[in-house]
Amino acid sequence: MSIESVGIRRRYVDRFMRWTFTAMASVTILIVLAIFLFLFKESLIFLREEGIMPLLSTRWSPTSVQEPGFGVLPLVTGSILVTLLAGVVAVPLGIAGAVYIAEVARPLEREILKPFIELLAGIPSVVLGFFGLVVVVPAVKAAFGLSSGMNALSGAAVLGLMAIPTIISVSEDALRAVPASYRNASLALGASHQQTVWRVLVPAAIPGITAAVMLGFGRIVGETMAVMMVTGNAAKMTFVPTDSVRTMTATIAAEMGEVAQGSVHYSALFCVGVLLFFATFLLNLLALNVFKRYGGRA
Amino acid sequence: MRTVNHRDRIAEWCMRVLTYAIVAAVAYIILHIVWNGAPAMSWAFLTEMPRNSGVEGGIYPAIVGTGLLVLGTMVVALPLGMACAIYLSEYASQSRFTSFIRLAIATLAGVPSIVFGLFGLGLFVIFLNFGSSILAGSLTLACMVLPTVIVASEESLRAVPRSQREGSLALGASQWYTVSHNVLPYAVPGMVTGSVLAVGRAAGETAPILLTVAASFLPRLPQTVYDQVMALPYHLYILATQNPDAEAARPNQYGTALVLLLLVLGVNCAAILIRYRFRKKYKW
Repeated sequence: MSIESVGIRRRYVDRFMRWTFTAMASVTILIVLAIFLFLFKESLIFLREEGIMPLLSTRWSPTSVQEPGFGVLPLVTGSILVTLLAGVVAVPLGIAGAVYIAEVARPLEREILKPFIELLAGIPSVVLGFFGLVVVVPAVKAAFGLSSGMNALSGAAVLGLMAIPTIISVSEDALRAVPASYRNASLALGASHQQTVWRVLVPAAIPGITAAVMLGFGRIVGETMAVMMVTGNAAKMTFVPTDSVRTMTATIAAEMGEVAQGSVHYSALFCVGVLLFFATFLLNLLALNVFKRYGGRA
Repeated sequence: MRTVNHRDRIAEWCMRVLTYAIVAAVAYIILHIVWNGAPAMSWAFLTEMPRNSGVEGGIYPAIVGTGLLVLGTMVVALPLGMACAIYLSEYASQSRFTSFIRLAIATLAGVPSIVFGLFGLGLFVIFLNFGSSILAGSLTLACMVLPTVIVASEESLRAVPRSQREGSLALGASQWYTVSHNVLPYAVPGMVTGSVLAVGRAAGETAPILLTVAASFLPRLPQTVYDQVMALPYHLYILATQNPDAEAARPNQYGTALVLLLLVLGVNCAAILIRYRFRKKYKW
């Protein structure tokens, strides 16, 4: 084989490989489009038969014989309540943890703490849900003297734990990305270390920390198994933490197994899925934008 | 220089207490599962078929099912994810197409697992008519772990210094020759460990397989990819919530939780260790 023919073959191989990789990469776009498409396609059955108004009512009882109710509002408030309560647990702990690991911990301590907290992210949600069921639920029941510990509070405790690793690792990166000159200037002006941390470093890292919190919230909103196992799943509108609630995710997971394919109820669950998809999509987009706009680094 | 005063000390201790509270919670969860799960652990538990809706007997078909799902997920997600990472790191320019791909990856990473379940149900189970099967479940899980595989692989590719590529291109090598001979050999170990880590997480996911593959009680092994299987996470969910006699099922619940935890954490630890060794091997 002459040198030229090798060169020509190489050029064809080169072009072929470039096309292959481009094609494989575009599969990601196709998957996102397919998710859009199939969620909408299956929710159309409901929208065509019932319209959009029934979804806005406050009663979710799709299996009722006399008058089935498909109001998603109780599910939305359920998700919001659990998410906000979980945020109360996860945000302070996550930020304190991130500041501690980034600023206070000694190098060796940091090397041990980081992977250990990341272990938490590795525990399957169904195992955390099980732990919540056998430990957190009875504890909440005893602590508040309730008839059942299956409520929003238990769900928040478990989910808060799940959001912590995300908040810590993203916030810590943001703190580390603050230029050293900020710290040096503050210390040179006579500020103490903690003053520097809370009045200079944390404010400078706020975009990254905000993004971390939003990503954490995204994780909580989308969490299914753990929340389904501990919140008791009563579909009613409430903002009382010790009430049983039912989130959007849990509704889909719990009811999809029992509906007939193509039925109105089946399609209503897809409508809930569409809502969930957009809620998490917006949260992530927001987090991404905050990150980009303020020059944070991923 | 670091001035230490009383207020600083108090603030530091507050944060230390909060941080170690998290550590304590993690340790407590793991120890609780290990402590209560260990008595249930036996050779028979791992290798026997479940009896009496899983309250008695072992979890063998659930282990096999999860193994098959992980395998199927890997076969789909690894080549796709790695190819996408190679495109992004080696070929992509600052174009609109590239930013679309990045947006798609970020979107996929944020989609809740149950929505992947709905998607899998709509596309693979119903539209493509795979039925509730290993095939549908693996494809759904593969879509879900794809972003993690891509991000991990890209990180590993970017760790190979630019000079490595520039030297090769300057000598007249083609792009693909450069990628295949001067970039991939150094990046592949990291790509594989990162990806395995991602797929290991898939082993613990319940929501996507709930709608696409999992059977609650099926005490036999699957024959083809069109069969349903039991899976560890779903088995735990069923045992913990759908069983009329939850107390009697406790030993098997803890046992299943422990096996699942060990499996997922084991994969995580293995990947971290391997990555640590490779990091030491190449110092740029």
